Amino acid sequence: MPATFSYQLDTPLYKGGATVQTGLFIDGTFVDGSNLTTIDVINPSTGKLITQVSEGTAKDVDRAVEAARKAFKNSWGLKVPGSARGQLLYKLATLMEDSLDEIAAIESLDNGTAFGIVKGWVVPFSIGLLRYYAGWADKISGQVIETDEGRLTYTRHEPIGVVGQIIPWNAPLLMFAMKIAPALAAGNTVVIKPSELTPLSALRVCSLVQEAGFPPGVLNVVVGYGNTVGSAISSHMNIDKIAFTGSTLTGRKVMEAASKSNLKNITLELGGKSPNIIFNDADIDQAVNWACHGIFFAQGQICFAGSRIYVQSGVYDEFLAKFTTRSRAHKIGDPFGADSYQGPQISSAQTDRIMDYIKTGLDQGAKVHLGGERHGEKDGNFITPTIFTNTTPDMKIVQEEIFGPVSVIIKFEDQEDVIRQANDTIYGLAAAVFTQNITQAFEVGHALKAGTVWVNCYNEVSAAVPFGGFKQSGIGREYGSYALEHYVNVKAMHINIGHRIA
Amino acid sequence: MAHTVKIPVPALNKEISVSTGLFINNEFVPSVDSSEVIQCFNPATEEVIASVVAGSAKDIDVAVAAARTAFKTTWGKNVTGWERSRLMNKLADLIERDAQELAELETLNNGKPVAVARDFDIGDSIQCLRYYAGWADKITGQTIEVDNKSKMAFTRHEPIGVCGQIIPWNYPINMWSWKVAPALAVGCTIVMKPSEITPLTALKLSELVVEAGFPPGVINTVPSLGPVGGAALSAHPDVDKVAFTGSTITGRKIMEAAAKSNLKKVSLELGGKSPQLIFESADLKQAAAWSALGICYNTGQDCTAGSRIYVQDSVYDKFIDILVSTVKETVIGDGFDKSTGGGPLVSKAQFDRVWGYIDAGKAEGAKVVLGGERRNTKGYFVDPTIFTDVNSDMKIVKEEIFGPVLSIGRFKTEEEAVALANNTTYGLGAGLHSTDASQCMRVSGLLEAGTVWVNQYNVLSNNVPFGGKKQSGIGRELGSYALEEYTSIKAVHWNIGEKLQWPLSL
Repeated sequence: MPATFSYQLDTPLYKGGATVQTGLFIDGTFVDGSNLTTIDVINPSTGKLITQVSEGTAKDVDRAVEAARKAFKNSWGLKVPGSARGQLLYKLATLMEDSLDEIAAIESLDNGTAFGIVKGWVVPFSIGLLRYYAGWADKISGQVIETDEGRLTYTRHEPIGVVGQIIPWNAPLLMFAMKIAPALAAGNTVVIKPSELTPLSALRVCSLVQEAGFPPGVLNVVVGYGNTVGSAISSHMNIDKIAFTGSTLTGRKVMEAASKSNLKNITLELGGKSPNIIFNDADIDQAVNWACHGIFFAQGQICFAGSRIYVQSGVYDEFLAKFTTRSRAHKIGDPFGADSYQGPQISSAQTDRIMDYIKTGLDQGAKVHLGGERHGEKDGNFITPTIFTNTTPDMKIVQEEIFGPVSVIIKFEDQEDVIRQANDTIYGLAAAVFTQNITQAFEVGHALKAGTVWVNCYNEVSAAVPFGGFKQSGIGREYGSYALEHYVNVKAMHINIGHRIA
Repeated sequence: MAHTVKIPVPALNKEISVSTGLFINNEFVPSVDSSEVIQCFNPATEEVIASVVAGSAKDIDVAVAAARTAFKTTWGKNVTGWERSRLMNKLADLIERDAQELAELETLNNGKPVAVARDFDIGDSIQCLRYYAGWADKITGQTIEVDNKSKMAFTRHEPIGVCGQIIPWNYPINMWSWKVAPALAVGCTIVMKPSEITPLTALKLSELVVEAGFPPGVINTVPSLGPVGGAALSAHPDVDKVAFTGSTITGRKIMEAAAKSNLKKVSLELGGKSPQLIFESADLKQAAAWSALGICYNTGQDCTAGSRIYVQDSVYDKFIDILVSTVKETVIGDGFDKSTGGGPLVSKAQFDRVWGYIDAGKAEGAKVVLGGERRNTKGYFVDPTIFTDVNSDMKIVKEEIFGPVLSIGRFKTEEEAVALANNTTYGLGAGLHSTDASQCMRVSGLLEAGTVWVNQYNVLSNNVPFGGKKQSGIGRELGSYALEEYTSIKAVHWNIGEKLQWPLSL
């Protein structure tokens, strides 16, 4: 029997309990993994153990898929009307809202993002996603298409079936909500693998899934490693579609496994090296604030982080000075500390990786204008906000995704040049333009090869607005009505009324 | 005069309190210039149960002004879709909480059985609000490619503005939800005129509007006589759209008033004389059950009542037998009596009207095969009545009766059936019963009705549109289609790079 993790927090921002079932969630109950092994869940702020959770294996993926398939055939899919699916999603959202603080505490403990941000934005946004897609569940319609009066031709937008979902550790609860919501709304059943680094908030929500009354097997959570559980899901012959968010490197493996197994449908949301472009006529103070938000929010561990900041020469010095001051202004520390904004990176491995990039930057001749060091303990996971200048386009820190609080500031002259530089990347997830000239905003925005373009803002996401990557940043879109397209199978029906054939 | 009354419910030994003032700006207020009241009756007992303030034309002015202010400041473009969604869901939750009491009040004033009011009328209304709450944050325009180099063209789907909504007495709460939900979802504000026969539940729902947290002025409720409040809304220069459900005759007046005032947008859901066709391949027992539902549900007081049935010759006698014995099982009685399937007609006026038609049917030579006899007791009870041997010229075949009175004709061929079905100025609903799939396809394509039921009748869904062809109406309710009735499209052409030379070089 899997254990219950019960924890009491006594911090400036949250005093209270947190309870999480630590088993795998398969067919409506919490169960041990087949191998009876566990995974250590580490607190990124301290490096210490939070708790152990059951480890799933390929065999557990099989069990979960079996439960999901059974549920799809009998108690979900086309057996349940959209309005009923919507009601369950609404119920789950309400239950999450009732336990908002506790869920935020669990997430902050596990992931390291500041509690204030998790409670104030991450959890409410995740709840909002569930509600948004609950509203779509009974509005999934096909078309009736005019051909001729001798036939009735229409489309059905059917759920695909059993979907596998693999999510990362940078915003665990949000990733969980944005994956399961459109899938369930459209009538699919789900086998989802949270990151082995951050399984706790998903497991907490599973208890609410039980309480809400979802039929067993509709949602299954298998915590495990990428090369075991992730791989098993990607190559499973009885999973009809896979959705993955994570690194481009792993995304390739997922797509390869899908192609080699049963050609399952794939959507990928991968890495980015998103450019943030500041023109001479920008409101510089605002641009500075948004730029900081763009690279330091969630410790820079955001796929659409604005990590390449291009500043037009007329305002370069002013921007750099203000950006430097502003980068020093936020508090780094314990996520549950009173004014904390920036927490630890997710793990020592990630921290080492970021520090290696910083070293490479220096080795390749870039200049550390600010930061570039660990903050606090020398083997802790906190990194100071870092600004590089004097870079060249071919440097690793300019080309590769660092996934930490590390920015490069690049001077540019004209619009055409900066568009070319901004697009000079294999990635295409997001981009931003700061200018007061609307024509310039349209021209530049429309020319940038990115799935999301922000004008005079950064990091603005909305449940209703599609999000996804151009080029090697991904395949498909999440959020909005667009996400639903990836969770339905279109069937065209041609019903002959009056045509006879000789 | 605005105060709260406690209405006794003798059958349940309780009282229900209702505020009797006009609901404007989230408050119940007296009329500004009139001391008129509207008396509300219990149609099962013919007794007065309450009196409410009767709104005057000036009260409509006040309500419209409140709705306009709210539209400009706290609603319309000043509120996000998520916030509208949240409030609508909250309102739905509150109605669900109070469903039993609302049902009892509905039964007192309208007569329908309590369980029907609670589980069907109110159940559907809750789902309707939730359905449209789900749309509130999904109102999207389009971006349209004109010329990428020089123009950014897009549409905004904006709320129309202040909407006058006039609803009937046959499904007071349900009709309220059908009107209110899509209008709110899109961001319109509302001046609602419930039927003067059944204003009580609209007033009770107004209390929940306040509890849910809607800003003042977003929804206003003004019970009033049709020729007073209804006319005032239809002709009001500051109402952007009027939505009406009721008789075709009143619908014409509303459209005329709209045309003569400010060309406000109009949507109408009017009467019907909906036919059902019983083909020889039909499952006759099932067809009879659906036919019974079609004419007896809500005691025939339904705009889509299947009030004409045409049966194929080859199965005519058999079907009549089954139908008569099926309809005979219908129990018409007091809505608080658990054995009641349908209540009384809603008012004396309706009662007299329906009897006028039954008498006319007899006078014109149609044959009564069931019912047609007065009860001679208290209450506006009319038992299901079936006429056969009818012809297309008879009043009972041409005109909407709005009671449990059915006319049955016969046909030989499919062509004849379709011609008989379509031989009407109405076009609201139609049913066909057949197990021949090609026939179902053909006939459903040929029937001139906004809703066609195949092997079914009168079952609606909140996400499937509903409305009339021909003189049964203009516009559609329910589904995503209803949103269009409350949306005003603005096209924006944003010049990016085009420079104009004047005079033009030709």
